[in-house]
Amino acid sequence: MADTALPADAVVVARLRARDETMFASLLDAWSAGMLRAARAYVADDHAAQDVVQEAWLGVLRGIDGFQELSSLRTWVYKILINKARTRGVRDARTVPGLVVAGDGDRGPTVDPARFRGGDDPYPGHWRGLPPAWPSPEDGAVAAETRRQLAAALADLPARQRVVVTLRDVAGHSSDEVCDLLSISAANQRVLLHRGRAALRATLEQHWIKEARA
Amino acid sequence: MNCDEFVELVTAYLEGTLPAETEQRFVEHLAECDGCDRYLEQIRSTVDNLGHLPAQRMAPEVRDRLLAAFRDWPTG
Repeated sequence: MADTALPADAVVVARLRARDETMFASLLDAWSAGMLRAARAYVADDHAAQDVVQEAWLGVLRGIDGFQELSSLRTWVYKILINKARTRGVRDARTVPGLVVAGDGDRGPTVDPARFRGGDDPYPGHWRGLPPAWPSPEDGAVAAETRRQLAAALADLPARQRVVVTLRDVAGHSSDEVCDLLSISAANQRVLLHRGRAALRATLEQHWIKEARA
Repeated sequence: MNCDEFVELVTAYLEGTLPAETEQRFVEHLAECDGCDRYLEQIRSTVDNLGHLPAQRMAPEVRDRLLAAFRDWPTG
């Protein structure tokens, strides 16, 4: 997500070092929503996420004078955030593995094989029936319901998928940034993103099938 | 390409990381398969909606506390 309202990193950092409160307030307002989402991927509730974001910003204050600008300011801020969130997640016994690695639960098909024709069919591997259409997203009520369902489904994803999907699709980081933030390979990141997205799509599909029957 | 292969390549396609030959087969399949066209569209819609989840707001007291901490922070 581009922060078009913010000046270049060098300018922001210089103004923070000069203790420009307006600059700090702009940064808080631009980034805190995404940081809360990212924190929420690690910790048990919204209250804990608020704590983690507060701690992260205090860490930013402690570190800003020594910030080396080896990464973008945003990546550096998110690294601090993820460290704080991990620590808090462990303390609250919400187990998020320190190292986000695709595991046994991340293998196998992401779409139920029963949805595809079998080997004895003239078109093996093709859809038995089209995935059902979803209601029009132009309908505001549909969009609101979709987002409610997604927020709940996201919370139910396996932790490592939840973290990657949140950083990529909710907070809008690039693939390179997420690999850097989580110290994972591009292939690993892609597997987790793929499985997470497919699971979320399947949840929405189930929801709209149920709604159509009701 | 079969549909069960297509659905597992969707993310690599959207990330632009498919090998050229696979991407060609992917796009050819997409052009002729309504089911996969819809599947890809639904993945895109899912991703788009994830980017528009209701914004979480920082609690006003947390924001005030951070601004106060910034004000009191000694110059390095």
